[in-house]
Amino acid sequence: MTNMESVRKQFPILNQEVNGHPLVYLDSSATSQKPSSVIDAVSDYYKQYNSNVHRGVHTLGTYATEGYEGAREKVKDFINASSIKEVIFTRGTTTAINTVASSYGRDHLQSGDEIVLTKMEHHSNIIPWQQIAKATGAELKYIPLQEDGTILIEDVEKLVTERTKIVAMTHVSNVLGTINPIKEVAKIAHKQNAVIVVDGAQSVPHMRVDVQDLDADFYAFSAHKMCGPTGIGVLYGKKSLLEKMEPVEFGGEMIDFVNLHDSTWKELPWKFEGGTPIIAGAIGLGKAIDFLNEVGMDNVEAHESELVSYAMEQMNTIDGMTIYGPKKRAGLVTFNLDDVHPHDGATALDSLGIAVRAGHHCAQPLMRELQVAATARASFYLYNNKQDVDLLVDGLKKTKEYFGDVF
Amino acid sequence: MSFNNLDTLYRQVIMDHYKTPRNRGKLEGDHITVEMNNPTCGDRIDLQLKLDDGIVQDAKFEGEGCSISMASASMMTQVVVGKPIEEALKISKMFSDMMLGNELEDHDYDLEDLGDIQALQGVSKFPARIKCATLAWKAMEQGVEKND
Repeated sequence: MTNMESVRKQFPILNQEVNGHPLVYLDSSATSQKPSSVIDAVSDYYKQYNSNVHRGVHTLGTYATEGYEGAREKVKDFINASSIKEVIFTRGTTTAINTVASSYGRDHLQSGDEIVLTKMEHHSNIIPWQQIAKATGAELKYIPLQEDGTILIEDVEKLVTERTKIVAMTHVSNVLGTINPIKEVAKIAHKQNAVIVVDGAQSVPHMRVDVQDLDADFYAFSAHKMCGPTGIGVLYGKKSLLEKMEPVEFGGEMIDFVNLHDSTWKELPWKFEGGTPIIAGAIGLGKAIDFLNEVGMDNVEAHESELVSYAMEQMNTIDGMTIYGPKKRAGLVTFNLDDVHPHDGATALDSLGIAVRAGHHCAQPLMRELQVAATARASFYLYNNKQDVDLLVDGLKKTKEYFGDVF
Repeated sequence: MSFNNLDTLYRQVIMDHYKTPRNRGKLEGDHITVEMNNPTCGDRIDLQLKLDDGIVQDAKFEGEGCSISMASASMMTQVVVGKPIEEALKISKMFSDMMLGNELEDHDYDLEDLGDIQALQGVSKFPARIKCATLAWKAMEQGVEKND
């Protein structure tokens, strides 16, 4: 079993005081911190072999290309894609989903077709579909949520029909922590000849994901939530689908032959990577994957599962605490404390060095579903420990007292 | 652990406005309505202004948000009602400078003239919360523009 305290020590940012208190970072669902190995890999690239990729013959260019393409290999293995052709580097999850909507969506949707989503989606898995629905005349259908923030397979079966062309669903909810049954939903989608597009922003960093086992057609995630740099993410797509899709960005890097009035594209995956790619980002992501592999994703998942259970148990002892979402969940807790608005609560916690998120978490439709304007969220990662939870709970108790007293 | 620094932000008077907001509700008759959101955090204000003869005759608000945003709305309506529109805008400019931590000497008013509003001065030390405090004032400014 990996020693998680030694893992924590590899994150230099955690070793500091904020507002006079040791930093307790509980906002990893927004973005994770980075271990030294990732920071060094990005810095080494710029210091030692910064060059453009896929062109020229000089030595540094070869190193850069090896670093960039080596990262693609690592991603392929990490999510068990069948080929590097299925791993497209994008700016992040949002760009990845937009790419599917703009390319696959535009070509396959027409008036009367349906796109099926859930009511727990992040804005980045709602708005691209709204836009493509408006452009094509397709319609959006939403799978309802149960009281505990889960979906029912029966509802999926009811809503996914022969009119459905796309099912877009998050693997893990960034608000509720719900883990959706992607494999079952994919089966239902495929029975109706629809494709499933999975928002994996909150799953890939925290659990073992096997895109072939899930039978996902498209799967999107971001590096910065999994110990990697910002500005890079991945679109996984089945080769058979990607091959038939048109690129959405045109220009350098993605071309084969360019004539005055017509051009042809590179083969997969490069036809989707117009312009100089995110080289340092990819190298950083590759290093982040090395790091996560060393810890072991099973260990990451087990560690977070233990932490979140402990957190929920402790937080529930606080009077006036409401926790949203199911019992069985990923490593985050979204909550509200009676008489303390989440922004006020987050400011109070911040003054104790505790970083949590407050607001609508980029999920306004879900907030309306929960009938709250805002919530606070504490999210955990492999570097958090029980002491972080204890400090959070202690901070919440003090916050409640403080706002109770001022009145 | 203590919350000494928080007292700068959450003065008792702010909490009082939050718990017992002044001018919360709906205006009857002719008036201007401005709805404004703070999209990053979900604060929302629905401000109604009655502007006649160059004067803010009445103001009421509804909405949802943290203590800072709601208290600021309550204080804003309290201070602008009965004042010439020009004056309301000048106070708004002064409030904005106060939030940015700028010098206030060039303004026509003293902090004391502004009543409860001065309690919000501490917000300027919490950059993440300035937008909460300015939401109602921005809505008021937009309402005045609508009137033109």
